Amino acid sequence: MKFSRRNFLQKSIYGALAATLPLTAFKMLAPGEAAATLKESNLRWAFLVDTRKCVGCGLCVKACKNENEIPYDTPVTRTWVERYVVTKDGKTRIDSPNGARDGFTSPEMLGEKIEEKEITKAFFVPKLCNHCATPACVQVCPVGATYQTPDGVVLVDRSWCIGCGYCIMACPYGVRFFHPVHKVAEKCTFCYHRISQGMQAACVQACSFGVRQMGNIKDPDDPVTKIIMTERVGVLKDEYGTKPHVFYLGLDERVR
Amino acid sequence: MNDIIVHGLEWTSKEMFTYPNEFIYWSIQIVMYPYMTGLVAGAFVLSSLYHVFDQKDLKELARFSLVFSLALLPVAAMPLLLHLQQPLRAMHPLFTPHFTSAISAFGIVFLTYALIVVSEVWFVYRRHFVEQINELAGEKGIGARMKRRTFKILTLGAMDIDPESLAKDKKAVRILAGIGIPVACFLHGYAGFIFGSVKANALWMSPLMPVIFIMSAVVSGIALCMLTYIIIMEYKKFKAVMAKGLGDESVKVIQGAEMEVISKSSRYLMSFLVAAISLEILDLIFRGYTAMKSWDILRSVMYGKDFVNIFILQYGLGNLVPFIILLLPGRTLRRVTLATVLILFGVFMMRWNVVIGGQAFSLSFSGFMHYHLPIIPHSLETFKEGLGGVVLVLSTPYIFFYFINKFTPSLGGKS
Repeated sequence: MKFSRRNFLQKSIYGALAATLPLTAFKMLAPGEAAATLKESNLRWAFLVDTRKCVGCGLCVKACKNENEIPYDTPVTRTWVERYVVTKDGKTRIDSPNGARDGFTSPEMLGEKIEEKEITKAFFVPKLCNHCATPACVQVCPVGATYQTPDGVVLVDRSWCIGCGYCIMACPYGVRFFHPVHKVAEKCTFCYHRISQGMQAACVQACSFGVRQMGNIKDPDDPVTKIIMTERVGVLKDEYGTKPHVFYLGLDERVR
Repeated sequence: MNDIIVHGLEWTSKEMFTYPNEFIYWSIQIVMYPYMTGLVAGAFVLSSLYHVFDQKDLKELARFSLVFSLALLPVAAMPLLLHLQQPLRAMHPLFTPHFTSAISAFGIVFLTYALIVVSEVWFVYRRHFVEQINELAGEKGIGARMKRRTFKILTLGAMDIDPESLAKDKKAVRILAGIGIPVACFLHGYAGFIFGSVKANALWMSPLMPVIFIMSAVVSGIALCMLTYIIIMEYKKFKAVMAKGLGDESVKVIQGAEMEVISKSSRYLMSFLVAAISLEILDLIFRGYTAMKSWDILRSVMYGKDFVNIFILQYGLGNLVPFIILLLPGRTLRRVTLATVLILFGVFMMRWNVVIGGQAFSLSFSGFMHYHLPIIPHSLETFKEGLGGVVLVLSTPYIFFYFINKFTPSLGGKS
């Protein structure tokens, strides 16, 4: 066979193409694995927040930070509680000192003292990742480091995240941040390490007032699902089309 | 082992209510990224105007801008590298691209574009490489031999320079430049898409964003090429004056050629500037007219907090003033220089106002964030995402150009 330069170049291109084909493309699936990928999961985690019961003690935030090893004295947090105070002049004031890690200990809001008789209503709203059905953060991750589990929880692979921050920008709820130690995108996982072992999420367990609950929205007999199906619940910022799965009871229109 | 650093805390100050995790996460390097990509794309489009559309008046500048866009190319990716929290994983988007993400296309678009630019430069300079090999053939000394060897490698063995193969080269350049224009626009339009598609951000989300980015990219690319060209020609003139005296013929020749190139390219500059400004104003008017939920906070950012940045520095000083300068009759070199500097500044401010301005308000629409550029670094992070990083990114293309230009001389009238 004549081995010309053209011939050589042609062969090298074929060789290079063959070398770039990843071996994982040929992965063999065990029958069980194949079934698991095809069959829809009969579990979909959902969260229920009863804002009417929240007193703003911040124990949930404290528990979350400890459980999930978010450096305690940093301002970033996987969950937080907001305080809303509406006054007679129609103004809404919002604050969340330190994410309400230590609760709300001062009647002052962002350095402003509000007269008690001026207040028409006031309430607390706990916030956390909404584990959306169509999460914007998963869509924009350039490497697929953030992903959705079959049971609906959105997670981050710390070993693969490149730390570009695109997911942080894409989340309309501001739940994401860079982990101060691991330097990768970080967010609430619904305590996946706990709930998948039959335990409760840290914040759910820490709440003494039953504000926070979790359940399987695909199970009609689940107590949480029953509440979501029978009562008037709201979600945050549904205009973004992300289909959030944290449901709120007693959600005020002023909540952002 | 690991320090506890809250990314963004260093340079963000908050006002009223913001979510606890909100900081200015995309800082100065993300301002630099579209700015540098824009310069690359713009420089390439300028050179293509000559190669594809046969705009003969741009011949002199076309060569320079092509080589300069090659020098700018690696720098376009540099801000991203400096910005990543995990820079060692920078190659992951290439290995495991997640195609629903706009960023995953970066590697592919960028590499395609790089291939086009490199091969175009090769076809333009192949003749020069061969000529150099022949010229250096007799010379002795290790330097000359090394140089000849390098040129030999650069030819890739294609030593044929009879008119027929040179015509083929020319055709190849034309085709590559032709493909290059849409790819360059795509490279930059896609940078606009990265911002325009973030639905969570009220300021960024707009289908006009990619087009606005392309137009301002071309504007900044042309302006930078003109400015650099003026500086280099002035330096040449200065050398000629020093060597031969002020009244020498060669000084006048340089001066005449320079003014001609500049006045012709400023026509292109102006037309792209008009397109860019029209689109930006259209976007602004549309937002105000439709006045969606986010308009209240956007208005307070645009007409309040960022008024000086947007209307005085970007539109006024960066667009309107240079436009008037270029329009006025009796164009002089000094005035054009001032105009190009102002335009470059204006495009930079546009990037700044998009990237930083987009994070100037809370997602809750109830508070504001302010960005303070770290000037004096006290850690790696404040260097990378501070003034130090900016200077590094801005100066690197000139260093690259210095070396690349040794092998592909793009200045001066020869060939």
